[in-house]
Amino acid sequence: MQKEFLTGNEAIVKGVLACGGQMLTGYPITPTTEIIHYWAEAQINPPAGGPKLKFLQTEDEMSAGFAMIGGVLAGQKAFSATAGPGNVLMQDAFSMAENLRLPTVAFINQRGGPSTGTVIYSQQELNLTCFGGNGEGLRIVYSASSVQEMYDFAIKAFNTAWKYRFPTFVLSDGYSAKTSIEIETYSPEEKNIEIIPAEAYLLKDETDPSVNLRNCYNLETELNKIIIDSKTAFDAIKPEISESENYKTEDAEIIICAHGIVGAAGRLAVDKLRSEGILAGLFRPITLNPFPTETANQVLTNKKMVLVAESSLGQLERLLKSHIYGLQTKIETLQKPAEGISVEEIVNRVKEVM
Amino acid sequence: MTNPAFPKSWKNESKPHKFCPGCGQALTLKILGHVIDELDIANKMVYACDIGCSLLTWDMFNVDTIQTHHGRVIPTVSGIKLAKPDAIAMAFLGDGGGYAIGAQHLVNAAMRNDNITVILINNANYAMTGGQYAPTTMIDQITDTTPNGRKAEAFGSPIHGPEMVGQIAAPGAYIARTTSNNYEDCKKKIKKALQNQIDKKGFSFVEILSMCPVNWKTNAQESLDFIDKNMVNIFPLGENKND
Repeated sequence: MQKEFLTGNEAIVKGVLACGGQMLTGYPITPTTEIIHYWAEAQINPPAGGPKLKFLQTEDEMSAGFAMIGGVLAGQKAFSATAGPGNVLMQDAFSMAENLRLPTVAFINQRGGPSTGTVIYSQQELNLTCFGGNGEGLRIVYSASSVQEMYDFAIKAFNTAWKYRFPTFVLSDGYSAKTSIEIETYSPEEKNIEIIPAEAYLLKDETDPSVNLRNCYNLETELNKIIIDSKTAFDAIKPEISESENYKTEDAEIIICAHGIVGAAGRLAVDKLRSEGILAGLFRPITLNPFPTETANQVLTNKKMVLVAESSLGQLERLLKSHIYGLQTKIETLQKPAEGISVEEIVNRVKEVM
Repeated sequence: MTNPAFPKSWKNESKPHKFCPGCGQALTLKILGHVIDELDIANKMVYACDIGCSLLTWDMFNVDTIQTHHGRVIPTVSGIKLAKPDAIAMAFLGDGGGYAIGAQHLVNAAMRNDNITVILINNANYAMTGGQYAPTTMIDQITDTTPNGRKAEAFGSPIHGPEMVGQIAAPGAYIARTTSNNYEDCKKKIKKALQNQIDKKGFSFVEILSMCPVNWKTNAQESLDFIDKNMVNIFPLGENKND
């Protein structure tokens, strides 16, 4: 273990290398581009003892997504990184990965939307990342609240993807991606993290009978069964995968619910409010999908109020509501689409709505 | 010539094939099967098909296969090849996937000289969706979306894929056009394309003219004539680049 001074994008690449990531296919887009730079450099000067690294800068994000799928089919720990309009285009590939339950890994550093928007910060890609595409949203989405978590979740994302075989995402934002800060880096062995190996879907063995994979079905009933089976598997792993940060929630009367970098502000707001005698706590969903439903209900039951703070117009609020249906806890919001949210703003909003 | 036997690399369980009667793709894929047999590559090959009629081949071969849509079959195959350079990676798609909705993938795979093989069917229309105009539809050809025939003023002129790719591709690439109703020529060019990949010489691309009697509304003889007397004049057979 050591301390390193890294940007979020550097931390992601270091995390990918630490857990044996092998192949990046991507297309440059702010605020994610440096991931491609660092990977291109790593491909030329790979870390000692690691696997041979593969890299392809494609013609667009659809190509990047499908080339990533090709890498996964051939048994590589393949990943991509994108944002905003690139995330829109890559949904084409993510839908296919969802259908075949392929363990693709993608890092999404959110920028403002709709459309080209702004290039640095937002939390408006929650819906798109969790539920984009013409499917049912059977994807695993981690939301990182710090540069440290960008490193931690890079390792975690590959392990989760290859263990459970669902497309996996790490959702972050441009502020975190471009902020330099000291974090702790480590090898998975140092933390007793077991690395789940990759495995080929195609050309596993030259003597095997042929494997014919597809996304097209002749009958509605055939497709229905595939989707129901995937959903059943997704629901079954939810207790193992879903997680949240619950900070000072037990005696709290007011819960701040926020994810990602706003969650980090929420944690500081809790301390500030408590220093002023207001019993606040933080519920920060770490997996937005599958959502930590049970914990959300436990944490929010019998509280005076939950304040949902987010840099979007209710994407997190709607998600939370759908998972705490029936709970009588009052819901208030702090919504600033495309803008950051400071600790003071959360503190002030809590006082305003109390 | 006599009708050659079924290829060994064809999967008996999935026969008969799923194409419309008289479709040129069935012939093309029988030829491809013979080439796979002759090169003995069934066990080290990934065959990837796209959306539209080409997806009907998802389980056609005793070869590992994957199926995508909208021309994304090309980057998928590029990804497989990048991950596993010793695999023989082949994409099979239509003129919509290659020349319209996924044209950027064909262009850029050719520019990068990805060592993959792309086989594209040109039947001068979008067949699976019921016969709409395609980039390859010929001037005055009637389709569902050009009921008065394709007019250059409104829809431009048919695209010439191999000629376009020939402008982009690197030395070593193999690019050709053939037709599904000429067994010998078609087999020779498919084989050269795959051999080009085996020899690690770079990108290979074959456009194959193919009968579409259902959407052309032609009988057997008229379908053959449509290619031999009509299409080949617009889309000349040949090898565009073979350094």
